[in-house]
Amino acid sequence: MPEKTVTIASRSGLHARPAKMFVQAAARQGVAVRVRVGDRPSVPATSMLGVLALGAEQGTAVILQADGPGAEEALDVLAELLSRDLDAEEAADA
Amino acid sequence: MPEVVRGLGVSTGRAAGRAHRMARPPVLPPPAPVTDAAHEISVATGALAAVAEHLERYAAKASNRDARAILEAQSLMAADPALLESVEEGVGSGLGAAHAVDAACAHHREALLAAGGYFADRAGDLDDIRNRAVAAVLGLPMPGVPDPGHPYVLIADDLAPADTANLDTGTVLALVTEKGGPTSHTAILARTLGLPAVVACRGAAGIGDGTWVSVDGGSGEVEVGVAEDVAAGIQREAAALRDRRDIGQGPGRTADGHRVPLLLNIGSALDVGPGAAEGVGLFRTEFLFLDRRDAPSFEEQVAAYAAVLQALPGRRVVIRTLDAGSDKPLPFLRLPGEDNPALGVRGLRTSRTRPEILDTQIDAIAEAARSSDAETWVMAPMVSTVGEAAGFARRARARGLSHVGVMVEVPAAALHARRLLEEVDFLSVGTNDLGQYAFAADRQQGELADLLDPWQPGLLQLIAMCAQAGREASKPVGVCGEAAADPLLATVLVGLGIGSLSMAAPSVPGVREALGRYSMAQCEEHARLALAAGDPDEARAAITGA
Repeated sequence: MPEKTVTIASRSGLHARPAKMFVQAAARQGVAVRVRVGDRPSVPATSMLGVLALGAEQGTAVILQADGPGAEEALDVLAELLSRDLDAEEAADA
Repeated sequence: MPEVVRGLGVSTGRAAGRAHRMARPPVLPPPAPVTDAAHEISVATGALAAVAEHLERYAAKASNRDARAILEAQSLMAADPALLESVEEGVGSGLGAAHAVDAACAHHREALLAAGGYFADRAGDLDDIRNRAVAAVLGLPMPGVPDPGHPYVLIADDLAPADTANLDTGTVLALVTEKGGPTSHTAILARTLGLPAVVACRGAAGIGDGTWVSVDGGSGEVEVGVAEDVAAGIQREAAALRDRRDIGQGPGRTADGHRVPLLLNIGSALDVGPGAAEGVGLFRTEFLFLDRRDAPSFEEQVAAYAAVLQALPGRRVVIRTLDAGSDKPLPFLRLPGEDNPALGVRGLRTSRTRPEILDTQIDAIAEAARSSDAETWVMAPMVSTVGEAAGFARRARARGLSHVGVMVEVPAAALHARRLLEEVDFLSVGTNDLGQYAFAADRQQGELADLLDPWQPGLLQLIAMCAQAGREASKPVGVCGEAAADPLLATVLVGLGIGSLSMAAPSVPGVREALGRYSMAQCEEHARLALAAGDPDEARAAITGA
């Protein structure tokens, strides 16, 4: 199954606004994406509770996985999102 | 005729408006057998969808970006497919809609707690979703702070920190709670926000939603059923008083010019505010340590202390070392459970088992002090013996800190104030805990609120002993408990010989104004009257009549 590893760039981690943006973006993908940290069980990327329970802070590496048509594109979109400091963008447009 | 109900006034000022009650968390009905699983699932999912929608509306209205982000994230939690899946599993195993929602939230709560840190804080958000969704299933009003669409007096059983995080001081005019005492969360919050408040008011239970009430946060009287024009008059007076107070500025002094520094109680640099503070009398460092799996690093602590010290160049900043244990448990201290935590390992006592945490903290304070122009004082909480004071002073001075003091919260420390001052440079009286320990009355126990009244002559006698010891040793003795925030009591404390008063920022103008009205001789007379009184009411009456 295609996988992609990405390091969380947002200062507050995968929390509050960054988590919200990630979960909403995952829901827009045409394919089911799952996310995990290390060897721990993966959770659906569309689950806010699951994503928060990852406890991913700034600098944590998370692994995205998806399967089927469009999987690679979905992984690219979500990985690109996580590799940006979404908190800084929030401050910039404040 | 309006009916009067009484409680304990804990935050001075008057206000009037319509009363609105905070709905209590719903109670689960007794479990009943499920006959139509599909129906239970649809009721439960409908309730969660309603909650998600409600939170989204709240988020749209939030003025603060951080609050909005948290509410939006919370709304997504309520709509989370994983939560719905857990609800379906619950119904599948025989639970009704309300119980299935409760079980699903409990399940995900565990996962959030396990993630720790600020992820664990979101467990509170999930509890809120649970309460709201269960209420929706049962057809009860949504719990939480009401939103009647006009300014109102908030009536509650008691207020938890989560309830009040987003309290809008533009809409809430005053707080009245059935439970709580003078040092409960509600009381401290009200003084911080400058809202009149009455706690331990049993009669508040009978106040109907929408009734016009007036609240006197000084006397503790709540008038129920006042006329609308009377209420409007009270609101006009309150606004005029606020305007007058905002004008008063400058350092604290009595009418005849005796200087009494009015210092701030703060939890972080944010509480210093834009005003011209004379200094900080109590910097609580707990905020750095809360909700953490591990103690904060030396560097992180240096940065937090430096942020406060740099905001107050040339002024006094009294930093209190970690005050944990008891009502403020910290996971990383790994303290065993105690039957009676108020009398257990708390304050300085935690350094018996974890000395390295205190050492790192003192190192960080000393490092931050070196890089700032503020006058850095450091003090330890919950000191009971001369030996503990001497040990703390040794540790702090060894790191180059030159103003070392201890808090007086335990009666034994007050009794030995003179000997403590042979070891340390200053004392700071924490009246909340000193009252709790001197009167053997739990601070969280609303029933005993009268014993925790800072006007208790027995408590004032202990404070007088500390002040006397300070005068003899020519060393500063201040008060940093909530007693210092009561304008009239402040004149008593100054009359007893207390040299500085420390309080939440909104209380400073009222205290400054009260001190400015009386000479030192009058303050001393107030102190004599208060000490001689038989009880707090008599003490107040003697001074207002003087």
